[in-house]
Amino acid sequence: MSVDAATVRRIAHLARIAVDDAEVPHLQDELNAILAFVEQLQEVNVDGVEPMTSVTPMAMKMRSDVVNDGEIADRIVANAPVTHDHFFLVPKVVE
Amino acid sequence: MTDLTSLTLAEARDGLARKSFTSLELTDAHLAAMERARVLNAYVLETPEQARAMARQADERIAKGEGGPLNGLPLGVKDLFATEGTRTTACSRILGDFRPPYESTVTSQLFTRDGAVMLGKLNNDEFAMGSSNETSCYGPVVNPWRRQGSDVKLVPGGSSGGSASAVAAGLCLGATATDTGGSIRQPAAFTGTVGLKPTYGRCSRWGTVAFASSLDQAGPIARTVRDAAILLRSMAGHDPKDTTSVDRDVPDYEVAVGRSVKGMKIGLPREYRLDGMPAEIEKLWSQGADWLKAAGAELVEVSLPHTKYALPAYYIVAPAEASSNLARYDGVRYGARADGRNIVEMYENTRAKGFGAEVRRRIMIGTYVLSAGYYDAYYLRAQKVRTLIKKDFEDCYAAGVDAILTPATPSAAFGIGEKTASDPIEMYLNDIFTVTANMAGLPGIAVPAGRDAQGLPLGLQLIGRPFDEEAVISLGEVIEQAAGRFTPEVWW
Repeated sequence: MSVDAATVRRIAHLARIAVDDAEVPHLQDELNAILAFVEQLQEVNVDGVEPMTSVTPMAMKMRSDVVNDGEIADRIVANAPVTHDHFFLVPKVVE
Repeated sequence: MTDLTSLTLAEARDGLARKSFTSLELTDAHLAAMERARVLNAYVLETPEQARAMARQADERIAKGEGGPLNGLPLGVKDLFATEGTRTTACSRILGDFRPPYESTVTSQLFTRDGAVMLGKLNNDEFAMGSSNETSCYGPVVNPWRRQGSDVKLVPGGSSGGSASAVAAGLCLGATATDTGGSIRQPAAFTGTVGLKPTYGRCSRWGTVAFASSLDQAGPIARTVRDAAILLRSMAGHDPKDTTSVDRDVPDYEVAVGRSVKGMKIGLPREYRLDGMPAEIEKLWSQGADWLKAAGAELVEVSLPHTKYALPAYYIVAPAEASSNLARYDGVRYGARADGRNIVEMYENTRAKGFGAEVRRRIMIGTYVLSAGYYDAYYLRAQKVRTLIKKDFEDCYAAGVDAILTPATPSAAFGIGEKTASDPIEMYLNDIFTVTANMAGLPGIAVPAGRDAQGLPLGLQLIGRPFDEEAVISLGEVIEQAAGRFTPEVWW
């Protein structure tokens, strides 16, 4: 399988990465090189093989459903680029 | 007094216990060495004041007869580990001046619990994506090793290139590192140091910047196998904050150093004998087998039939998980933001500006293989292949094999810029021998074992059974004893 220029733009948009038109051919070549490399997986017989979901078989541990942290809004917003009164600010979303 | 930066971690620990020197003296010696070695670009942030304060506290503990197992020992920290109040960037522009309000579990065990001294943050490939430390936003790290008669600057490997370079050059007694496809073991092999990737789940991933969560594992890079064993004991352990961390006792790994390997069965996988493998790698491998045999181990040829599919499967699984993990970098809650006319444009500009080329490429591959219509063909198939890769090892171990011996890398360190040309695959092939252990979640160690024709260090790798780090430590030490230590000549 290989990707065309339109697919490169679509993937970039899905990944929320702005891509200049000038970058598209280069990206397309690189992505196709990687896709060509992984193509060899198609020759492996995977009939009846379970996909790996956990590398070490283990049961997911549960913790008690209690509040054990919080009241640290100052620290949570401390690294944000733009904040106001413990809110993260973003460009207007709803007109 | 001997140069305090040439001591091993174990020697420094014993010297502190004997009061031959203080932690402050030891720390100052390393801070001075770091200053002289800035051309290597191993540290992206030096924290001398904090280091001296930590050293003084360690000295006070020694005076009172207290102190944890690493008390007063200066270490470097890969910039992937969150350090409270100290800039942590994963060497990406997108994290900007991020100062975590929390400390990773691994570093809190090393420093808060066990008393080590932090010297600073070490360079790495951006988000640990790379095999040469050339994708860092702080620029490439230089390998302290050079080819004989040449002053060409070589890469230290990656992604833990800063850790490997600093340990090899005496800029810390040991360093934390992480390994997703070979990022501890390949740089260790390129710098003549020891790199130990533990079993998946052995060390907590909490507070470590995530790349590919089902593959990432923290571990040490050190100057000797013993030092790596000492550090692993402090890094490992169950953490309720990481559900994939394993609730299992942490043994005293140092006890495994020097333990007899007599009667152990070592597999030599025939699939690792690649076409066109350099003669010196081939020679190194059989030399390693001979050393283990001389120590009483039994060498057997084994087969791991799906080996060749490990790297292609990795280049689906790792980017897929990365694309998901890195979705959090949106310029809203932390890190650098680039403006846009609306929120989507703000996201797109932030991520285009903040991520480097390799990271963008991997996010896009990951996005593609997870997108509607392609999931089964790529991701699901890769996860099935991963099951087969793991089964290869399980079959081998079920047949009585205790560990597997392979070369660590297909070549010695290469020059900066030599492999960054158009085809990304050439760089990816560096991890061909190491990536299988990540895919199967197994422990692996890289130990320096010889030199190539140009005088550069080469490493061998031992892959063990799950949670049998002790076996690879014992076997690794046999190779270390036979091969000797590897120290670069100071030219910086």
